[in-house]
Amino acid sequence: MSEPQPLSAGHVLEYTYKRSVGPVLGRFFTSLRDGKIEGVKTRAGRVLVPPMEHDPETGEATSDDWVEVGPGGTVTTWAWVAEPRDQHPLDRPFAFALVRLDGADTAMLHAVDAGSESAMRTGMRVRARFADAPTGGIKDLACFTPEDAE
Amino acid sequence: MSEEQKTVKAIDGPTRLEYRYSPGRASTRFLRGMEQKKILGQKCVGCGRVYVPPRGACARCGLPTEEEVEVQDTGTIVTFTIVRVPSQNIEIELPYCAASILLDGADIPFTALLRDVPVETVRLGMRVQGVWKPDAELGPSFDNIDHFTALDEPDVPFEKFQEHL
Repeated sequence: MSEPQPLSAGHVLEYTYKRSVGPVLGRFFTSLRDGKIEGVKTRAGRVLVPPMEHDPETGEATSDDWVEVGPGGTVTTWAWVAEPRDQHPLDRPFAFALVRLDGADTAMLHAVDAGSESAMRTGMRVRARFADAPTGGIKDLACFTPEDAE
Repeated sequence: MSEEQKTVKAIDGPTRLEYRYSPGRASTRFLRGMEQKKILGQKCVGCGRVYVPPRGACARCGLPTEEEVEVQDTGTIVTFTIVRVPSQNIEIELPYCAASILLDGADIPFTALLRDVPVETVRLGMRVQGVWKPDAELGPSFDNIDHFTALDEPDVPFEKFQEHL
């Protein structure tokens, strides 16, 4: 048997899930759509951003006390993505970073559009940039940018 | 309340995996054969079973399937199901029959669409034949056989295909 060159073709496997977000993240995303970042207070008074239904330290339900945080924040740790992939939040090199927003006691994972790795450092100040066309989801917060670059 | 003002209750969270799929050498030969309306199987060097489509090795013996054999586009229904429930991405008119078909000369059945036959009349042992797409539409694809349809031949007794379910 002479061997033909093995064939090759694209194949996509996709599940088009819709995920229910619940009351707490629902409010968070609703506020994001309006250009506000909100956190929720635990019974002990800590501000969780992103908000959760339960305090991760005690397991108690969080309060109904919401506070607006940011839009500025501080990078607490980061990793540089030199070659972004299709599904990444930015189409150019960026940092995934934990950002503690001003007024929050926890940090959230998001992208920092810093231009280059040398512009990144732990403790740097960043500011939220909102999407031009919000849809009601985490992507309404497009990314963070370095404060001193503005 | 307008759509914009409503509270967000759900988000789209698709899971999407993009693959580059290669069928490997054996199935590539099969698919190249399909381009020419030839159905190429491969025979196990140990047990002699003919695999269509071939995967390069015998699932039972673990031995290579080195001998290439051409099989016919006629075959026998060895089991079937009637689909009455609509499903996303399937545009076939309901109800339809998905039949497990053992081609003449093959030892392993595969699933294919049976058409132009009232679903009430489908039965085990029924003789069928592949209906090919027009020559202009042929490609390296199993879909070259658009569907199967009934042949006017006597049914095959169960004993003749019971080893091939």
